[in-house]
Amino acid sequence: MPEQRVVLRNCGVINPGSIATYLAVDGFKALNKARGMTPEQVIQEVKDSGLRGRGGAGFPCGLKWELARNAPGDTKYVICNADEGEVGTFKDRYILANDPFMLIEGMAIAGYAIGADMGYIYLRAEYQYLNGSLVKAIDQVREQGLLVDFDITIRQGAGAYVCGEESALMDSIEGKRGEVRYRPPFPPTKGLWDQPTVINNVETLMNIPQIMLNGADWFNGMGTERSKGTKVFSVSGDVSKPGVYEMVLGSPLRELVEGLAGAERVKAIQIGGATGRIVPYDMMDTPLSFEDILGAGAITVFDESRDMVDIVHKTLQFLAEESCGKCTPCREGTEVMAGILERFARGEGDERDIKDMERLSQAMMLSALCGLGQAAPNPVLDSLQHFRGDYESRMQEKRGSVAR
Amino acid sequence: MNDHLQVSSSQYEDKGNLLLRLEEAQHRLGYLSEQAMSELAESLGISVSEVYGVATFYSFLSTRPQGKYVIRVCKGLPCCLKDSDIVISSIEAAIGIRPGDTTPDGKFSLELTNCIGACDSAPAMLVNSELHVGLTSRRISQILKTYE
Repeated sequence: MPEQRVVLRNCGVINPGSIATYLAVDGFKALNKARGMTPEQVIQEVKDSGLRGRGGAGFPCGLKWELARNAPGDTKYVICNADEGEVGTFKDRYILANDPFMLIEGMAIAGYAIGADMGYIYLRAEYQYLNGSLVKAIDQVREQGLLVDFDITIRQGAGAYVCGEESALMDSIEGKRGEVRYRPPFPPTKGLWDQPTVINNVETLMNIPQIMLNGADWFNGMGTERSKGTKVFSVSGDVSKPGVYEMVLGSPLRELVEGLAGAERVKAIQIGGATGRIVPYDMMDTPLSFEDILGAGAITVFDESRDMVDIVHKTLQFLAEESCGKCTPCREGTEVMAGILERFARGEGDERDIKDMERLSQAMMLSALCGLGQAAPNPVLDSLQHFRGDYESRMQEKRGSVAR
Repeated sequence: MNDHLQVSSSQYEDKGNLLLRLEEAQHRLGYLSEQAMSELAESLGISVSEVYGVATFYSFLSTRPQGKYVIRVCKGLPCCLKDSDIVISSIEAAIGIRPGDTTPDGKFSLELTNCIGACDSAPAMLVNSELHVGLTSRRISQILKTYE
């Protein structure tokens, strides 16, 4: 299955510094078309397309917009989540650098649909080098008179992984510590400054102009039953051609990893970053879809030379560091797991440690406040299921050293 | 000039926004001194501990003086797979400090940072806001020479 470019269609085609080159490829035709429809019609088109959020959670985009449209409130907001912090994810960086205009157009359509007059792009601190070109792109759109009753401001993040989580991100825009909020209420009814807010990932918004131009039927003709359209993947690790690839949802993992990215002697693949799933080579024919495994599309490939205890140890160290600290299961659980994995890395782990990690995993999945803590056990449980041998050889190291 | 949290002035318009004010203060002063945080607390009518709580939450804000150039080497898993530890030791050798420290002449600070989203050309690092990718020991010394 070859690449299919919908989201990335203009990347490498237009000059990201020149709106004229975007207008030459039907740029802003979708916005004009949307403005000729009622907001309800626009929302219906997005609902019919089956588009789901591309940031990892996969919430139906049109439903989110409808909730915000129908929520009472004087001021409504559209937020573009460009806080791409998930380990191994860089697709949004590529999109922001190569086609800022289609993103702006998507935000303007979202603004029209829900009745927002203000939009924010929350750009992670690490991508500050993209800030200037984004500002210029927004300025050009404004100068062309294309932002009617809607304006867009960039908010520069200050370095916090958890701010990619939507409620933490909104607290950060409000100027606070980026801590996760208790929900409900959800952002479409009570979001930024307690006003109705739609918060969408960069890639989700990139799909909107194409859906408006080509219609919901065109879009939902691609993909599987519950995963419509394409997905942009960030592929890195032990591959000969790392990079950004866009494929129709439901494409097999193997086509992406071996076919496009040129991986060989694959041992395991981490899908969806630190809190994602780890699959062994014999699951290479798994379809990449919301029904199976997807996340935000980070694909990190490990070849046969890699030890999964080291991989999972580094992953849990990262999660322990980036836990926002608000809820106990995540704050303490990630620390304890990182500590246990540290012992395994030194060859000092034992069977009891594995049982402790399994029990802790159950508690965290049930009781953590947000996706970070709920999904933090994924790498531990997946590696224990598929690569138990890597843990056992570390335990043998311990027995060996005792015998000496 | 310390430009690692540079944003356009129009983005500071929201005067009551603590994070924006902290970013602005760090841009102006190079770091967030106790005095700057106290003054900010007073002007916003909030406690110093609240200001400190926000200042220390974000990794790009610093409550200690930083070097003119802040080097942030990515320690994300994809960079680790591409031997970022060799990059880190090359930098340590080149500028004579360990992660968390600043050179005595105040030129460089060295930090390790979580994934900076350049995994397709790992290993990578940021120097202030500039991205450097495909790092090797040899390239490190060439890159560092460009920062004077």
